[in-house]
Amino acid sequence: MYTNQINTRILYPSFEYFEPKTPEETAALLAKYKDAAILAGGTDLFIKMKQGLIEPKVIIRVKQPSFIEERPDGFHIGAATKLRTIEKSEAVIAKFQALFEAIRVIGSVQIRHMATLGGNICNASPAADTAPPLLVMGAEVKILGANGTRTVALKDFFLGPGKTVLSKSEILTEVHIPTPRPHTGTSFIRLSRASMDIAKISIAVMLQLDTNKRISDARIALGSVAPTPIMANKSADLLKGNRLTRETLNQASQSVAGEIRPITDIRGTAEYRKEVSHVIARDAIELANRRAEGS
Amino acid sequence: MRRKLDVEPNELLMNCIRDKLHLTGTKYVCGIGECGACTVLLDGEPVLSCLTLALDADGKDVVTIEGISKGYELDRVQQAFVDEGAVQCGYCIPGLIMTTESLLQENPTPTESDVRDYLRGNLCRCTGYMNIIKAICRAASEPRRKASSE
Repeated sequence: MYTNQINTRILYPSFEYFEPKTPEETAALLAKYKDAAILAGGTDLFIKMKQGLIEPKVIIRVKQPSFIEERPDGFHIGAATKLRTIEKSEAVIAKFQALFEAIRVIGSVQIRHMATLGGNICNASPAADTAPPLLVMGAEVKILGANGTRTVALKDFFLGPGKTVLSKSEILTEVHIPTPRPHTGTSFIRLSRASMDIAKISIAVMLQLDTNKRISDARIALGSVAPTPIMANKSADLLKGNRLTRETLNQASQSVAGEIRPITDIRGTAEYRKEVSHVIARDAIELANRRAEGS
Repeated sequence: MRRKLDVEPNELLMNCIRDKLHLTGTKYVCGIGECGACTVLLDGEPVLSCLTLALDADGKDVVTIEGISKGYELDRVQQAFVDEGAVQCGYCIPGLIMTTESLLQENPTPTESDVRDYLRGNLCRCTGYMNIIKAICRAASEPRRKASSE
């Protein structure tokens, strides 16, 4: 990439621009213009355009739906909701601590005022910070296409870097997070060099305890260690059925390294990522357990 | 001040402010959302004008560095930057000050760590962070003056 030869001051006038009012209008436009790029916050799309990585002929602006609602089956967040809005939601802070912690470390406050939850998910970066917490919380996403809507579990949504199950004429409209059961704790930990950086490795943990403080359900998800954000189900299973002891904690956290497939890139080596995975896994599991006990 | 402008869909807010309104206080540095030098307040919220379309400002209140002083009377944040010697080459300062305005709006009594966290998207390549942080903490402790709006 010849970043220095690219003019990042302007956007070339090489696209047609649409600003549909409703998700249905958006779907109709997407059906018509198959190669259209969707513009939500612009914090990824414009950077890629300025760097010459993509040159969309059509840009479709999506400003809605933007909402956070509590319903009987859990929380529903509109895909175009700004990250900053979610970060400031009292309900999210109280009930989905890992999601709050993940959003807090994304970019800068300016970026979070612009970027949207749907954008972070649909960009499908292996390092997307909102993905691990949403995965452990069992989130699902609502997708609108020309033929109506469908719902997909987030764990089935990502196919590879930048690739998702969305067809070219579909758009993500909503994220649904089930209400956590009582005595549930979540945590999120990310390692990166400087605060504006993308994660070298990130992890989210969800633990649910029964009345004897035994772990009745456990989920672990990681970012930046595979072509997509992934779940470490075998490691999570090692935690189930017992109280958290030093032994189960070590077993589960060490098993995480066997479930990830990191690569060596500009942010870290595969060896380092494997090595450090058990450290952040241990910390994240302990933290989630402490929070579950306190809840 | 209300302004009516014709803008193209590809026109960025930063270029509209600098080239059409000739308000050159808002700076272009990285152009890819890393440095915060182009920060302006859009309806009170800090955004990066290098990644914001000008048409997104339609009907909204845009405050740039030019809009926070009252003529030659500096705003308390600007004054604190002067008093603490927080300015070296100065290129990052408009962005830093706009982000600080937003911080103090949200949290009038930030701790030093609140300041460092909130300002982490504003880079100073002279690396003069110590005095910048001091200036922001000082501004927070000064009584608020009413800022003029553009």
